[in-house]
Amino acid sequence: FRNQYDSDVTVWSPQGRLYQVEYAMEAVKQGAAVVGIKSRTHVVLAAFKRATDDLAANQKKVLAIDDHIGVGFSGLTADAQVLTKFLRTECLNSKYAYNTPHSVTRLIAALGAKMQICTQVYGRRPFGVGFLVAGFDETGSHLIQTCPSSNYYDCKAMAIGARSQSARTYMERKLEEFEDCDRNKLITHGLTALRECLSDGDLDTKNCSMAVVGKGENFQIYDGDAIASFISFTL
Amino acid sequence: MAAELKKAIYPENATIGLPTQHRFDPYTLNGGTIVGVAGDNFAILAGDTRLSEGFMIHSRDTSKIYKLTEKTFLGTCGFQGDVLTLTRLLNARLTMYEFEHRKKMSSTAISQMLSTVLYYRRFFPYYTFNILAGIDTDGKGCIYSYDAVGNYEKHTYHASGTASSMLQPLLDNQVGYLNQEGVRRVPLTIDKARTLIKDVFISATERDMYTGDSLHIVTITSDGVTEDHFPLRRD
Repeated sequence: FRNQYDSDVTVWSPQGRLYQVEYAMEAVKQGAAVVGIKSRTHVVLAAFKRATDDLAANQKKVLAIDDHIGVGFSGLTADAQVLTKFLRTECLNSKYAYNTPHSVTRLIAALGAKMQICTQVYGRRPFGVGFLVAGFDETGSHLIQTCPSSNYYDCKAMAIGARSQSARTYMERKLEEFEDCDRNKLITHGLTALRECLSDGDLDTKNCSMAVVGKGENFQIYDGDAIASFISFTL
Repeated sequence: MAAELKKAIYPENATIGLPTQHRFDPYTLNGGTIVGVAGDNFAILAGDTRLSEGFMIHSRDTSKIYKLTEKTFLGTCGFQGDVLTLTRLLNARLTMYEFEHRKKMSSTAISQMLSTVLYYRRFFPYYTFNILAGIDTDGKGCIYSYDAVGNYEKHTYHASGTASSMLQPLLDNQVGYLNQEGVRRVPLTIDKARTLIKDVFISATERDMYTGDSLHIVTITSDGVTEDHFPLRRD
């Protein structure tokens, strides 16, 4: 990867690539896996909580943004927290000024605009985090993937992070089932897909967390003991 | 010169004939009264529901009591525009606190925050007279009363609003047992407090034209919250 065009984000390579942005995307690929699936009425996120050490607590991977939006992230935790705070403030402002829940797609467009600045200004670096944004608003369910390149993609299902290709393969096979899936079956699919990303051991209440949002259901995170019953349903 | 000329031609106190300056007056008084009483394991907040402006009644059923958390309620009266903005701002601050601290704000925390929020506008105040009622972390009832710029004090009872100067001495006597000789100071029970508040508002309605229509009482205990409405004179 070392070459003469990768020192600055403001330097193009002769092939028209921005290497710094691509390196930032590597940071996302190294992070712990996050899986997202949506149906017509619900969106599910499932994530690995990596523990650096047996002594330390596992890191939070799924965060609430508002009653109807939440995110799972992969990559630099510190960058994720800065952007999460931005997303939360945007949603609060929308509630304060217009008394309406923020539209999910508009919110992510604003996030994209913010992230793009760091890919074009000298002296700044791209945000090293990718989100899977789960939301339900008046236009229905949304699952959106964001990248350090500031691109965002509307998805029916997606997995990012380490060993996520296995989860993507599983979900490609089951893709037809997702749209009309019921809530609990969707959660089972999410955790099963997450299990594909394991290198060893199994899912337990300490190493994974899950969240659901949907029609008539606020964004709710299931962690620790609350996730035990869902894990037992996975295939 | 102009004033002397005016005096020579027109009777005393005439305002015609003089050049007048118009300034924008940012405030108006929308009337109403609120009363708060706290006991060992309860806090009661009551307010009339009349919104007026001079001799005009804007509404007969606009409550002055706003829910902040399960255990904390805010009573505000004064200028309705500032009341609405203040409550929106407080709700936004409460949501942010919950995200960052992962717990709901306690009554004591909210009381301090309200003070700073009001003082922030020291040089263009929120024209609101607030009473915060809640159950603190030990289960004891508490009432905090505020002035327009954030000075606050914890009390057992307080009255704010247009009839406050009539009600405060009455509460001193009946709840605080002040200014009486040879009286037995029995701690107030919830039922005695509610009866007293109803009587106190009936008295206020008789003498204060800005108070009346109906009474909204919120009773907070560690077991939960009950709200009721009680009709008052509509003249």
